[in-house]
Amino acid sequence: MATDAQLLEWLCRMGDNALVLGHRMSEWCGHAPVLEEDIALANTALDLIGQTQLWLGLAAEVEGAGRDADALAYRRDVMDFRNLLLVEQPNRDFGHTMMRQFLFDAWHIEMLRALKGHEHEQISAIAEKSLKEVTYHAERSADTVIALGDGTEESHTRMQAALDRLWPYVGEMFLSDDVDRAVCDPAPLREAFDARINAVLAEATLTRPDSDFAHKGGKTGVRHTEHLGHMLAVMQFLPRAYPDAQW
Amino acid sequence: MYAQMVKSTGEGVRSLDQMDPQERAFQERIDAGGKIEPKDWMPDGYRKTLVRQIGQHAHSEIVGQLPEGNWITRAPTLERKAILLAKVQDEAGHGLYLYCAAETLGVTRDQMTRDLLSGKMKYSSIFNYPTLTWADMGAVGWLVDGAAIMNQVPLQRTSYGPYARAMVRICKEESFHQRQGFDIMMKMARGTPEQKRMAQDALNRFWYPSLMMFGPSDAESVHSAQSMAWKIKMNSNDELRQKFVDLTAPQADYLGLTIPDENLKWNEEKGGYDFSEPDWDEFFDVLKGNGPCSVERLEDRNRAWDEGRWVREAMLAHADKKRAAKLAAE
Ligand SMILES: [Fe+2]
Ligand SMILES: [Fe+2]
Ligand SMILES: [Fe+2]
Repeated sequence: MATDAQLLEWLCRMGDNALVLGHRMSEWCGHAPVLEEDIALANTALDLIGQTQLWLGLAAEVEGAGRDADALAYRRDVMDFRNLLLVEQPNRDFGHTMMRQFLFDAWHIEMLRALKGHEHEQISAIAEKSLKEVTYHAERSADTVIALGDGTEESHTRMQAALDRLWPYVGEMFLSDDVDRAVCDPAPLREAFDARINAVLAEATLTRPDSDFAHKGGKTGVRHTEHLGHMLAVMQFLPRAYPDAQW
Repeated sequence: MYAQMVKSTGEGVRSLDQMDPQERAFQERIDAGGKIEPKDWMPDGYRKTLVRQIGQHAHSEIVGQLPEGNWITRAPTLERKAILLAKVQDEAGHGLYLYCAAETLGVTRDQMTRDLLSGKMKYSSIFNYPTLTWADMGAVGWLVDGAAIMNQVPLQRTSYGPYARAMVRICKEESFHQRQGFDIMMKMARGTPEQKRMAQDALNRFWYPSLMMFGPSDAESVHSAQSMAWKIKMNSNDELRQKFVDLTAPQADYLGLTIPDENLKWNEEKGGYDFSEPDWDEFFDVLKGNGPCSVERLEDRNRAWDEGRWVREAMLAHADKKRAAKLAAE
């Protein structure tokens, strides 16, 4: 059974993943390679923002300090963010964006499956609702990785580069500490994750890097990348500049 | 409007007696309120004018994503961010419906896109203005979507079937956008002194550009006369502009904001407001590509298109390979 402090920490991990990745996806708005992709990227972003409201809303409730989801999203600084390093990686090109999405989705879907039916009713309910959305995200990002990996020489090269570049951020998703274990240990999900991505990468004619090196420090908040601060500077500008305003 | 100064045939409207039987039957069908469908015969001028108009409208939806997209990453609450993102996504959807409607007339989306990117085809002047504060998200929804609705509601009855049907879907969403914009404006206008200042500043900057959306007076225009006879334009520009001012002025009052026009006042006799014309020189400058953000907007669209080329090519190549593999397996 998780303590309230552990629960709060864990809910921020889930909420911050959705918040930071949702924000990254929203950065594409109006700039995608085709109109249909623009609409699809916005859909993913919208789902993630919705999930953020649920996870951080529950976190604020557990905390019981009078904050709400917006206060958590807009008034914390880098060291209090608990998202994975993977999701704060910048969009770079469309290939990086979709590879990042694919790797995260493959973890996310297994995580939500494991959380469905969790003894904490609200966690179970959020997981169940999110799972519907994330099942679709995972299908879509896998299809895109396959199409772009297999497509042309140029697209293949770009997708392999994206995979190589993002691979060191995969391991952190499966590291677990007391906080994780108190709610849901991600370590056992690795097997299903591997099976899922191996199949997709094979179809995409991409080579899985053999290094197991993993950057860490995102979900513990110990050491984020430099990218997160810039994102927060933009995202939090208004509530920070006009702290008394209602929007 | 989203389509401004669309050229038609440039000839005067011909009477039924001057038409050959085919064209006469076509015009009589329109006069009776009938719809023209893609497979029906239509005069060449009707087809060309519609392509220009629908194309310009579609491009406006697409370029129109940019000024609001400019604030998505800075939206001040999670809810505001979701609403704005959903709105801009709607605009992409509108672009898509309209490109589809134009494609029924024998042009391709790719060709229209190239004409937008090269500057050959236009989009609405309004999207060449910058969005500088969060209040601009309110002003754009309230005024720009509001002005768009003025002309799009009647277009639901336009003579070309696919265009009319696209408008029906679009109008439902536009009125939602307008309400959302007004809601932002209300929060700002009733907020802190700084917010109120932003709200007034946004109204100051967007008022005249919104009036320009309707285009200059077209009472004398042969192009408009022909378009109106074909029912692809339903009202004159002045008529719509008047309607817009009459609707908007009391809303500004309600918000406690001041429309930047000292000549604005109710005229009992005409049952509408008197108001100042916008600076039409500025309007023509914007149309020529000299709007405050004209260069940035096209640059943005071109960059997205160029940087997306490898993705589009790869998706086609993958689809081809899949098709070939399927054929080989059969
Ligand atoms: Fe629209
Ligand atoms: Fe619009
Ligand atoms: Fe709109």
